[in-house]
Amino acid sequence: MVYDGHGHARRSRMHIPDGYLSPSTCATLYAAAAAGWYSALRRIKRVLLTRVIPLISVFAAFSFVVMMFNLPLPGGTTGHALGVTIAAIVLGPSGAILALSIAIAIQALFFGDGGISTLGANCFNMAIVGSLVAYGSYRLIAARAAIDARRRVIAAAVAGYLAINVSALLAAVEFGIQPALFHDAAGTPLYAPYPLSIAIPAMMIGHLTFAGLAEAVISAGLVAYLQAADPGLLRATSGLPAESVGTALRPEARSLQRLWLTIAALMLLTPLGILAAGTAWGEWSPSELARSTPAAVAASSPESSASAPAGLQKLSNVWTAPFPAYAPTFVRSRGLGYLLSAMFGVGLLLILSLLMRRLLDRNRGKECPS
Amino acid sequence: MSRGFIESTTVGFGHALTRAMLSEQTARQRGLLQSLDPRVRVVGLLALVLAVTLSRKIEAVAALFALAILIALLSRVSLSTLAKRVWLIVLGFTGVIALPAIFSTPGRTVASFAGLAITEQGLRTASLLILRVETAVTLTTLLVLCTPWAHVLKALRALGLPKEAVTMLAMTYRYVFLFVETAVQMFESRRSRTVGTLKPSDQRHMAARTAGVLLSKSVALSNDVYLAMQARGFRGDVQILSNFRMTVRDCFALPAFVLAAAVVVWMGR
Repeated sequence: MVYDGHGHARRSRMHIPDGYLSPSTCATLYAAAAAGWYSALRRIKRVLLTRVIPLISVFAAFSFVVMMFNLPLPGGTTGHALGVTIAAIVLGPSGAILALSIAIAIQALFFGDGGISTLGANCFNMAIVGSLVAYGSYRLIAARAAIDARRRVIAAAVAGYLAINVSALLAAVEFGIQPALFHDAAGTPLYAPYPLSIAIPAMMIGHLTFAGLAEAVISAGLVAYLQAADPGLLRATSGLPAESVGTALRPEARSLQRLWLTIAALMLLTPLGILAAGTAWGEWSPSELARSTPAAVAASSPESSASAPAGLQKLSNVWTAPFPAYAPTFVRSRGLGYLLSAMFGVGLLLILSLLMRRLLDRNRGKECPS
Repeated sequence: MSRGFIESTTVGFGHALTRAMLSEQTARQRGLLQSLDPRVRVVGLLALVLAVTLSRKIEAVAALFALAILIALLSRVSLSTLAKRVWLIVLGFTGVIALPAIFSTPGRTVASFAGLAITEQGLRTASLLILRVETAVTLTTLLVLCTPWAHVLKALRALGLPKEAVTMLAMTYRYVFLFVETAVQMFESRRSRTVGTLKPSDQRHMAARTAGVLLSKSVALSNDVYLAMQARGFRGDVQILSNFRMTVRDCFALPAFVLAAAVVVWMGR
């Protein structure tokens, strides 16, 4: 339970209580969260379990207490942070997923903040996606800046702001799909009553302003404090050579190698797409769409007058793909075409990421001449 | 201004501690839930929470709410405690969220207010949402108020939750109170040294610094706990003793909970 300045309980809007989501949404998000927990626990178990249990538990308790801080924000208001960003920065994503999930479970079970049936949804939104977004954006922005660089403080603030807002957006989408999917015969929504057009702005206004700002303030403040007082805690996820890893968990060194192998295997498997019958749902060309319209199906004759919507016809000519249907025009074999397309696509992404890296490194050079 | 920020945070901490103490007191009383095996309590009340989510009719959820009140009375949980700690808070939070749905949900108009049409579907969806949340939170609160935390965890372990997760939940819960106390002491010592008002930027700086010190203390504590666990021969294999015994009363209570949940889901399908 979160209390405001006058002793009144104030629930965080991101902790979804029981009753807001349908059982099938809850079950789906429990399954998604379970996959995240399983993967995080497996990664963590590679490190010495005896070391990890107290570290995660104590960090979960820390996150719980930080969530209760009533933070003064620019503009004279106050807000509550989640603590997911600092957990991701100090522990890495797997440790943060477990620590935050435990803190959220205790809030739901013991303090009634967030539901039992929605525990999977809350952990998925805040602990899993929140940790991954916070970790990814912090690493991307901080790059290889020195431990005491100001860039790390800014990276933590941006990571915190993004993590909270992505988590809130997920919760808003979960709320927003309820009335369309779950209503009775008279049209009464059975769970959260607002469609996406209302749920998204209603959730995001508060998070883009107060909650996101609170997380940005506490994350940046904590990184600045650690830079001065306990820099060892920032080293584990810094991407810098490990002089002293401190007590935090180091991400797997071989994970990048594994990632390359997985990408290579996936590229080799791309021709499997040829085996699929028909076109992927929603990826039709205008002519395919025209064939699948109810009018065309009813007439089921090649002379049917059904056609794709005029707007789609017009827009479909705006951009012509260099490799239409995943096959360069000069290649006869479809399998080879798929492989070449995969290599071209992955190569393009690699070049883009290398360019971004160079850009960030150049900025780092200005910041940290050594 | 600085007082407001420090005080509001410490007041929040105080409420958390009070709530924990209240749970310990209620769990010691003699009542229906307290007399049942914790595993039956956990399964039974969670089955009812599931029934709340599965029921599609307001009447079915209302029946579960009535059942929750009956269980509370039989377990000697005072209704004024539930009203103060659950019903009013949920009404304030979910009520504010549900209210605009009365107007925004399309359907048959039953009345109009300030030029806005109130629909039958809107009234039903808002009432259903509020009642659902009230009932689910009441049931969860009853479980927590009538069961010591250690028993909840043991019951969860008996029901198949991985022992690493149970151990971490137990340790976290213990350290939450330690950290709450530490944070309160830090805030109070700071308040006793503060004269006048702090600028908002100084307040933020102070909040971050307090959290930072708490973080450093957390990591130091985890090292101490790790060494203590090593000293006691911990090798990563968690042992949890479960000395729960099912009595005749439990053997009747468990099917009764499950049956009640099933009947309500059938009623509200």
